[in-house]
Order: sequence, then C-alpha cells, then structure tokens
Amino acid sequence: MIEKIKERLKEHILEYKENIDMHILVIKKESLLSVIKTLHDEFNFNMLVDLTAIDWLDKKQERFEIVYHLRNLDENFMIRVKTSINENEEIDSITSIYRGANWLEREVYDMFGIIFKNHPNLERILMWESFQGHPLRKDFFIRTEVSLPENE
Amino acid sequence: MEVITKDENYVELNVGPQHPATHGVLRVVLTLDGEKIVKAKCKIGYLHRGTEKLGEEKNYYQMLIYTDRLDYLAPLSNNFAYVRAVEKLLGIENKIPKRAEYLRVILAELSRIASHIVGIGTHVMDIGAWTFFLHAFREREKIYDLLEEISGQRMNNTFFRFGGVAADCPDGWLDKVYKWADEFEKKVWSELMDLVAENPIFKERTIGIGIIPKELAINLSLTGPLLRASGIKKDLRKDSPYSVYSEFNFEVPIGKNGDTYDRFLVRMEEMRQSARIIKQAIERIPDGDVLIDDYKIVPPPKKIVYSQIEYLIHHFKIMSEGFLVPEGEAYASVEGPKGEIGFYIVSDGSSKPYRFRIRPPSFINLQALEEIAPGHLIADFIALIGTIDIVLGEVDR
Repeated sequence: MIEKIKERLKEHILEYKENIDMHILVIKKESLLSVIKTLHDEFNFNMLVDLTAIDWLDKKQERFEIVYHLRNLDENFMIRVKTSINENEEIDSITSIYRGANWLEREVYDMFGIIFKNHPNLERILMWESFQGHPLRKDFFIRTEVSLPENE
Repeated sequence: MEVITKDENYVELNVGPQHPATHGVLRVVLTLDGEKIVKAKCKIGYLHRGTEKLGEEKNYYQMLIYTDRLDYLAPLSNNFAYVRAVEKLLGIENKIPKRAEYLRVILAELSRIASHIVGIGTHVMDIGAWTFFLHAFREREKIYDLLEEISGQRMNNTFFRFGGVAADCPDGWLDKVYKWADEFEKKVWSELMDLVAENPIFKERTIGIGIIPKELAINLSLTGPLLRASGIKKDLRKDSPYSVYSEFNFEVPIGKNGDTYDRFLVRMEEMRQSARIIKQAIERIPDGDVLIDDYKIVPPPKKIVYSQIEYLIHHFKIMSEGFLVPEGEAYASVEGPKGEIGFYIVSDGSSKPYRFRIRPPSFINLQALEEIAPGHLIADFIALIGTIDIVLGEVDR
C-alpha cells in the first residue's frame, strides 16, 4: 500500500521515512488539503487518529511541524503525515474532511498559535479567552506568571 | 444553574461546571427552544494542568506519575500506553519478560472493569437507577483492594515501569484475582444486568437516545465503546494486538443502533470479556522476572547498588538525570476503557521528551456531545453526558 501512496502522491512528497512505528510522509504545506483528501478518499484512511504540532523554535528552518496520524480502519494501517510552516504562516483546516479535527485544531491553535484557514470556530479551547501567549511554544516558559480571568 | 436569556425565542442555559451530572468540571452552554436543545456548546479547560508542557520539563521516569492523573479511573491503562511508547523509542519492546506482560494485561483489564463500573454506575444513577450504582461499586471496591495489595495504592497506582512492572505480585494475589474474576463473570455480572437491562424505565430513557451513525462515528474519530456501539468492530487488542493480547480468547462486542442503550450493553459485555481475559492470563502466567536487567534504564536492585560501585553509578545516573532516549519519535496506543489512549513522544536524545503528546480519548469523544445533543430534551442531555463516559482529568489534561 505504501508504494502505491508514494507513487500517487509523488509530486507532493518532500521526504519519505520508514520509522520504528510507522511510515512517515513529509509533504508540502500548500498541498496538505489535497494529500489528506486523496488519502481519505482513495486510500480509505477514514479515521484521523491524532493531530498535533511540534515547535522546533530555531532547530529547524521552519518553526512548526504539524503532525497528522491517520488510520485505515479496514486494514489497520497507520500513517503519519507531517508538514512544516513558519511562524507567520497559516495552514488549511482539514475539518471539511474529518469532523473530528475540529477540537484538535482548536487545541493546536490554543497551544501553539497556529491559524487554521477555513476552520468553523477557531477559538481557544483549554485556556481562557483572555489568556496571553501560547503555552506549548518553546519560548513560553513554564514559570511565566499569568493573570487569571475575571468572570469569564 | 443560571439562566440567561439572550434571544426572545431561545433560552440559554448554563449547565455546570459544578453540576453533579457532568462528572467533574464540564460546562455546557445549551440553547433551548422550550425543553428542546437547539445547540450545545462545551466549555472545557477547568481542570487544565498543562500535562503536555510538564512532559517537556520532567524526565521520562518523573512523567510516569503524571500519566496516572489523566484518566484517573483507569490509571494503569495510561501507564501501559506511555511505557509502550518509551519502550518503542528505546527499542526494548520485544524484550519485556513474559511474566511482566501477563501482569500488565491483568492489571489493565482490572482497571478497565473498574472504569466501566464508574462509567455505567454513574450513568444509570443519573437517570434514576440508584441500586445498580451501589452493587457495582461494591465490586469496584474489591478491585481497588486487589490493586492496593499489589501496588500499595488504591488509585494512581503507577505500577508499570519501562521494561516491565515495578514488582512481582504478592503470594496468593493471583488466586484472589482469579476467584474474584470467576465470581464476577459467572454470578455478579448477570446480577448487575438483571438490575437494569430489562427495566422498562431505563429502556425508555436510553433506547433511541443519542444515536451516533457509523459514518459519523468514524469521521468524528471516536474510539472505544462509542465506536463499537455504532456497529464497527474495532478494538486495538484484536486488530493490532500489542503485549500478549493475541494469546487470549475473547469477543469484541458491538452494538446495532449506536444509541445509549447499545453503549450500555457494549460496556457491560466488555466487562465480562475482561474477566475472561484475566482468568486466562492467570491460568497461563509463566514464572520468571518482571523487569528487564538493563541497568541503564532500570534502577539496579538495592543489594548490588550497596556492594558494587558500577551499579551505584547506574543507580545515581538514573535517579539524578534519568536515562537517555535515542533521538526519534514514536506513537504507541492501547485500547483503554474510554477508547484509544496514545502517546506520541518526540525525543531529541536527552533524558526529557522534546514533545510529549497525549492522544486523549475522552477529549476526542466529547466532541460527539455537541453533534448528538441537538434535538433532544434537557432530561436526555444528562443521559448523553453519561453515555459518552468522559473523565475531565483527561479531557483537560
């Protein structure tokens, strides 16, 4: 299966890796939506298992890496799709393909400040609305003093 | 509950965060048309403790105790997923002693039963069946006694270690567990079923309520009993068997309609199947070690620490700095009682994770509440919260 995926998506894939747990596809950020859609429609990756981000700060050229874990339920096949964006860039929301991505994208926005384009309701989910900063960024220090919300 | 009216036609009603039926600090803002729910909006984060951020600050051993505090009704399942992720990164996942794997399975299944007892018990209590709750909690008490005997703690056991489990079980413990599981499977389970399963009031309140169609369940990334009650036979223990699950004989129950009643039946049947797994595991458990002897990862036994300098150094290194994990990333998940609990860990080669991501089943499953609540009455809403079976410790992390 992985060979077919690689062949079908070869113009979008920047890097392919066979990791200790599953196959990893690193794709171009502008083709994210079409890659996910192809995986969903043609390769039957019908479940989004997890969606998260990694902040590399200055360790990598592009600061944020967004990681999608997809699963083909019929064949129990998992794949990890990654794409990178810079701090001031936005990324397409995949809520039109997976409704389950809704809260996960809100969480990534809340924790990393990554904006998802065309998300139906992109607002903070775990932190309160008047909270400043994004806690999971590497430049947000754990001992940062924050002011608590007043009657929200 | 306070009532705020915004629109002339609709009433906005705030449920929680201190409502007894929200099982913690869940707050939901309902928009009502008379008694009917038009829209439900969850407000979460009241129990947010920043576990993922803490994961980047603590070493791998220190993080183990925080995983217990996610889904605190089934701490051993969380331990299980976390140690598996780290073992994958360390490359020792196939070297775990057999006896340890069997103990892990026994403990994980015990905690699954304990968690389902709370899940179903409080759910049926919310909709009026008080007796079931009392009888089920008596069994949970027995499980907690067993867990206390092996790990020293009733909740938040932290009994798993990288490379095995903390200690072998005390003498006679396995026999006690077997006796309990046997009684539960043969006698107690059917008694519990008799209390509610055919009760007309209970059926009236649950059949046809909160139906999640198959496609929606998959698209919403639901896992665990919610997915299976919608008729999809997916269980990580069967589909991608981890640990020693492939050696056991058990059924994966599925529902037909995906309504609240089906989810009740699926959870009930899962408890019985768990008891079966426990019995099989105890019958087949081999003798031997319960922890690997790689002293770069596992603290060496005290006896040799006090007598040999090399082991003293290992001990000191592990206790002060922790162990180093090779650079890389790994995702590992187990079938927890609420669904697929997974850990995605990115290591930069140091003794602390670079990124510590938890895939929280309760958080993802809770999304279904906003989808299925519209169209129901407020009274049914309480049944819906119960049937999704969330733990706020894991939703908010």
